[in-house]
Amino acid sequence: MASDMREFVLDDAARLGRAVPDALAGSAAWANGGPVRVRRRIWLDTFDWRLYWAGLTLEQAGSRDRTELVLTGRDGGILATELLAAGRAPRWPSLVSQLPAGPVRELVEPVAGVRALCPVVRATSQVTELRALNADAKTVARLAVDRMSVTFPARALLPARLTLIPVRGYSASTDRIGAAMTSASGITTAPGTALEAALAASGLRAGQPPGKGTSVQLSPSMPAATGLRAVLTALLDELEANVPGTIADIDTEFLHDLRVAVRRTRSVVKQCGRALPSGLATEFRPEFRWLGDLTTPTRDLDVYLLAYGRMTAGLVAASPADLSPFRDYLAHSRTLQYRRLAAGLRSARFARLIAGWRAALEGVRPPGKHPTVAQLAAARIGAANRRVLRAGQQISAASPPESLHQLRKGCKELRYLVEMFGSIYDAAERWQAVRELKALQDCLGAFQDAEVQGSEIRGFASQLFATRAVPAETLLAMGEIAAGLAIAQRDARREFDGRFADFASPASQARLAGLALSAAA
Amino acid sequence: MKVFATYNIKGGVGKTATAVNLGYLAARDGYRVLLWDLDPQGAASYLFRIKPRVKGGGRALIHGTKPIDAAIKGTDFDGLDLLPADFTYRNLDLLLDSAKQPARRLAALLAPLARDYDVVFLDCPPSISLLSESVLHAAALLLVPLIPTTLSVRTLEQLTEFVGTFNGHRPDVLAFFSMIDRRKRLHTQIAAELPGQRPEFAATVIPALSVIEQMSVQRAPVGAFAPRSLAARQYDQLWREARERAGLTG
Ligand SMILES: Nc1ncnc2c1ncn2[C@@H]1O[C@H](COP(=O)(O)OP(=O)(O)O)[C@@H](O)[C@H]1O
Ligand SMILES: [Mg+2]
Repeated sequence: MASDMREFVLDDAARLGRAVPDALAGSAAWANGGPVRVRRRIWLDTFDWRLYWAGLTLEQAGSRDRTELVLTGRDGGILATELLAAGRAPRWPSLVSQLPAGPVRELVEPVAGVRALCPVVRATSQVTELRALNADAKTVARLAVDRMSVTFPARALLPARLTLIPVRGYSASTDRIGAAMTSASGITTAPGTALEAALAASGLRAGQPPGKGTSVQLSPSMPAATGLRAVLTALLDELEANVPGTIADIDTEFLHDLRVAVRRTRSVVKQCGRALPSGLATEFRPEFRWLGDLTTPTRDLDVYLLAYGRMTAGLVAASPADLSPFRDYLAHSRTLQYRRLAAGLRSARFARLIAGWRAALEGVRPPGKHPTVAQLAAARIGAANRRVLRAGQQISAASPPESLHQLRKGCKELRYLVEMFGSIYDAAERWQAVRELKALQDCLGAFQDAEVQGSEIRGFASQLFATRAVPAETLLAMGEIAAGLAIAQRDARREFDGRFADFASPASQARLAGLALSAAA
Repeated sequence: MKVFATYNIKGGVGKTATAVNLGYLAARDGYRVLLWDLDPQGAASYLFRIKPRVKGGGRALIHGTKPIDAAIKGTDFDGLDLLPADFTYRNLDLLLDSAKQPARRLAALLAPLARDYDVVFLDCPPSISLLSESVLHAAALLLVPLIPTTLSVRTLEQLTEFVGTFNGHRPDVLAFFSMIDRRKRLHTQIAAELPGQRPEFAATVIPALSVIEQMSVQRAPVGAFAPRSLAARQYDQLWREARERAGLTG
């Protein structure tokens, strides 16, 4: 259902006392359409605005007698609604899986994925309805007058919003009224949706994710230290932005994104530390290492729990129910690990690290013009590439898994360097340059995940066996999963030689080397 | 989509009053409702303040050269739309006659509306005709208002017999006494005795009430301007019976 509603904003709040605002009087004969209705509204989206970017708007609207979820598309047309039984509205933030099964959940789930829905705006609307009447006193159009006060993320009173709602079969009247309203003084066409207006009133914009370290704009001739400071500050912002969500345990992506920011920070400090003031890298490297290690156990368990559905679906001999003690065990371990993690993120040590690091970054001054960002990028990318080549060439059929893990680390570092310095390169060339690298990373990732999870599940099995009265079926089912992981690992290992050869090929290497030229140009 | 039709070969018995009030109540229950004013007199259209005019007239609708959608008008009530009457509907019989399978034509025309509507009310003109036959084939439930006279039973019997001759689809019949005048002995007597004798009778009766007459002045269903009146309550009960008889849920 596409929306043919038209939205306007009434500039002159002062004249709102009247039943029919002056600015409207000329466009039609208006009658009052009923009592004021109060709507409590909550707009929902994931922390990184996945719904917004998919063109979806999700609102929970509550009146005296009903609360419903309304999902609209890009053109404002309603895609699905879900009536929430009294007292059954989820407590936000909440995972999409907590929504009642129905069309709203069906449409939102694939977009939100593992991310929870969080309130992005809370507001109260007072809506009165006016009806435009023809000579027979028949309603030919309706006008909702919405006075909205925003209570979150900041308090604000919005100018009245007018929604012209057509009545079926009377589009000519609606068109005429719409045109009159467009030209009336004191009324302007609404520049955006109610959600966008509410956000703007709070000084925010829809779809703005917390800064991503990769999107920092660098210029090739900028002193390297200045560029690094910008990149590291953006990473610190991103890290900090994900701390509250991680502590509140809203969804697993907060921790994931926090870890990415930590890993990238460590990688920059390690690779480019020499371009920073001396002592900085050595002072903070151990602390970031501590932070990384603090987050690992919880994330590993998250990965297991997220993959649980897929794992049980893949069982051939065992039944999914056999695995539930394993699942309970994972969930219990996760709770314990998460407590440790949250305590760590609330600790004085963490606060010191963040404050100290920010102060240190603010104090970074370029020692001189050189090296420039372009020079540093070329040098570091070149070195990281040579390391990957060397490590990869040494891998043979007899190499232990550890050597592939090391290679994967090197690939990640190379990849991140390209992304971090990405803004000085041509976007298309950059994409081309990392194509083979990406494929190689995917293969190494599959190998390592299967290898690590395989050894973990053996560990879990012996712990379960040793400490709990676990049924034999559970251990057998876990054995099946271990076998599946072993197969996945073997497949990835077989694929590796081809992937690495592609990466090391002259064509691929030339594209990577060509990047430096595109920055110089 | 459930199709209801108000049906009686006599005029002035309360067919239109019933269609308008029950249509309104169905929409208030949350159903998406379409009322088709099939009477060229356009009484239902008038009550909703909608001009009795359809572009292309009955011909375009019956022959399907104009989609029904385009002729539909929104009433002043949420969820209730109207397909207006048109002067040319007086020729509907001829038009139907020239269409193929005239008796099934209405049902065929309504079928695509099932996407947009849960409930359809057909407000029929009086008379027995090809149109009535087409209505009987399209409707799931006939709402038959009867003035309590000794003849009214005969009317009902004839209708049931006629419907009984159909093979395939047969509409269910819900008859009820309309315009009962409490001051008339015969009215109250018949209304008290007959319903027990025939299964088609509703428990609800619609008395003769001035509020119902007022509809043509107010140009609205009674529920909209006299929600607490006896008339509103009786229509409410009648709708509940009709809804149940038709097997509508929720
Ligand atoms: N129960 C009633 N009490 C009083 N007047 C009624 C009642 N039902 C209908 N009327 C009035 O009687 C007239 C004919 O009713 P209507 O519903 O148009 O009949 P029909 O559609 O069968 O021709 C209308 O003026 C209507 O207002
Ligand atoms: Mg009539």
